[in-house]
Amino acid sequence: MTDTRALLEVENLYTQFDTSAGIVRAVDGVSYTVKEGETVGIVGESGCGKSVNAMSILRLIPDPPGRIAGGSIRFAGRNLLAMSEAEIREVRGGQIGMVFQEPMTSLNPVLTIGLQLCETMELHLKLSPEQAQARAVELLGMVGISEPERRLQQYPHHLSGGMRQRVMIALALSCKPKLIIADEPTTALDVTIQAQILELMKDLSNRLGVALVVITHNLGVVARYADRVYVMYAGKIVESGSAQDIYHRPSHPYTLGLLRSVPRMDRPRGERLIPIDGHPPDLTREIHGCAYRPRCSFAVERCAKEVPRIEELTPGHASACFEKTRLEPLLEKAS
Amino acid sequence: MSAATGPAVSPGASAGVQTQQPLLEVRNLKMHFTVADGLLVRNKAARIKAVDDVSFTIARGETLGLVGESGCGKTTTGRCILHLEKPTSGDIIFEGQNLTKLSRKALNEKRERMQVIFQDPYSSLNPRMKVGSIIGEPMKVHGIYPNEKERDQRVAQLLSVCGLNPKFMDRYPHEMSGGQRQRVGIARALSLNPDFIVCDEAVSALDVSIQAQVINLLENLREQFNLSYLFIAHDLSVVHHLCHRVAVMYLGRLVELADSDELFSNPLHPYTQALLEAVPIPDPDVEKQRAHRVMKGEIPSPINPPSGCVFHPRCPLAVDSCRQEVPELRELKPGHRVACPRV
Repeated sequence: MTDTRALLEVENLYTQFDTSAGIVRAVDGVSYTVKEGETVGIVGESGCGKSVNAMSILRLIPDPPGRIAGGSIRFAGRNLLAMSEAEIREVRGGQIGMVFQEPMTSLNPVLTIGLQLCETMELHLKLSPEQAQARAVELLGMVGISEPERRLQQYPHHLSGGMRQRVMIALALSCKPKLIIADEPTTALDVTIQAQILELMKDLSNRLGVALVVITHNLGVVARYADRVYVMYAGKIVESGSAQDIYHRPSHPYTLGLLRSVPRMDRPRGERLIPIDGHPPDLTREIHGCAYRPRCSFAVERCAKEVPRIEELTPGHASACFEKTRLEPLLEKAS
Repeated sequence: MSAATGPAVSPGASAGVQTQQPLLEVRNLKMHFTVADGLLVRNKAARIKAVDDVSFTIARGETLGLVGESGCGKTTTGRCILHLEKPTSGDIIFEGQNLTKLSRKALNEKRERMQVIFQDPYSSLNPRMKVGSIIGEPMKVHGIYPNEKERDQRVAQLLSVCGLNPKFMDRYPHEMSGGQRQRVGIARALSLNPDFIVCDEAVSALDVSIQAQVINLLENLREQFNLSYLFIAHDLSVVHHLCHRVAVMYLGRLVELADSDELFSNPLHPYTQALLEAVPIPDPDVEKQRAHRVMKGEIPSPINPPSGCVFHPRCPLAVDSCRQEVPELRELKPGHRVACPRV
């Protein structure tokens, strides 16, 4: 908490894809920061652009059809978008580690775990094969894999989903990153394994001082682990704030709608959920005004014409809604 | 909810609650699969006990939740009830008749009364059929509304009951969103006026805002048509919201069964407790106060399950006897059954 320097600064990022149906504006003017050592949650539903946003940071957007159409991404003071391919490869998997949703598809099925771990470290950290081997054993132990020496000889298909995700975390940590981007890291896993993996990631990032960006659709996961939260809808960040702000003082109708849509285990049964009507917009069509307007019960005339800018209500808590002040009295009633 | 240390509940106190005959009764259901290995010469390598001695009842108008992690046998249980899988042994008594003893013809008639909604709205609808035919097909097969015009009217009605515009009849599944497709799946399940629907992860693939819409739809339909659901899911928050009673499965066995509120506020089996603790609650204040104890280990392979109580290798309460004796499901409180001798 003492060190609050911004590690990652994304400003006005636009990522677009050319499709036969037209240009998809997957990420549409997104700005956010991640400070050193903190855990940031990015939440949103499928197609809101949260994964494309993460891929853009590491410049993993396939081009064509995709392209980063504007904005800047500064990591530890350097502009990632201005780097050469060789330079970005050093950052990727080096200073920035990645954990993806599908541990089966993100590990190479025909290479042993050991080779995949060691190769990365020999490349990024310039370790000798022996040093890399020793560190691989140490890393596997750190992520809670028993008999690390034997595991290094195994292939990904020998391991269960939870074990593979542990290997992914070891891989992400292997080159002593400052930041780990985890895109739906536990969505494919069972709930008890999910808890193990998240607890492990949180614990390691605390101990090693690594900043964590967790991208997920699961509001519970964010509530448990994130210090700060960004809520995305239709390619834009519609609300940002501390976990407290987002969950107890939501200031965007979409955030409020999401919170009312999820059933809660700790509340007695019997209440009906209040779903959000309609469905998310088609991003190939140009959207006039606020993208959430057709589903919003707070919408006024202005929302159809102007795109609301994200503005701070209180320090650190911002919302992109013209009617944000109207949500407050409602919340008091709810609590 | 204090622990059950109060005056002993007299036996039979719960009698009278269920005077009515249950709609469905599953008795000692077992489904064992044989796995073979070898490419040219198939050797019977092992037996997987996917479902092992599972019993429960579902009353008319009731939703029973069936929860557990992947591979625990919850889907297989649903498939056995529908007779999509012929059980190894056990009885499935539906509306007073034992389905395992029925002839093929009689079984098909009963099948009209029980339907299923699948998880994946993408693969469970035929991509080459229009929505109208998808929903009308079961009626055609079972000879209800043989007149095409009447059938179309019925399809239109079903679509609007499920919150879709009747003009969707002429569309193909690929022209619809995931949530809309799931509504088509629900309309198809309703087409034969069933009494009982197996919902196998019916809302798991949907985004939260759409998921809430479908959850409310399922609740409304249950009330409107007095349906009973077997709601199979891994998302415990959804199960708690939707289900009257909940059964927890682990490696093919039922470990706990209780009223939903009772199970979630007072879980007794160590596995249920671990499962509930693992579910994050969307409230940072609540989360700060919860103990984030993490259950060790992973689910063992069903090919070679642990001896005795299948949960013992991961159980914090396990003692020597757990390694040998298979625990019986016993009723600790009226309606609350647990398969653990240590609680």
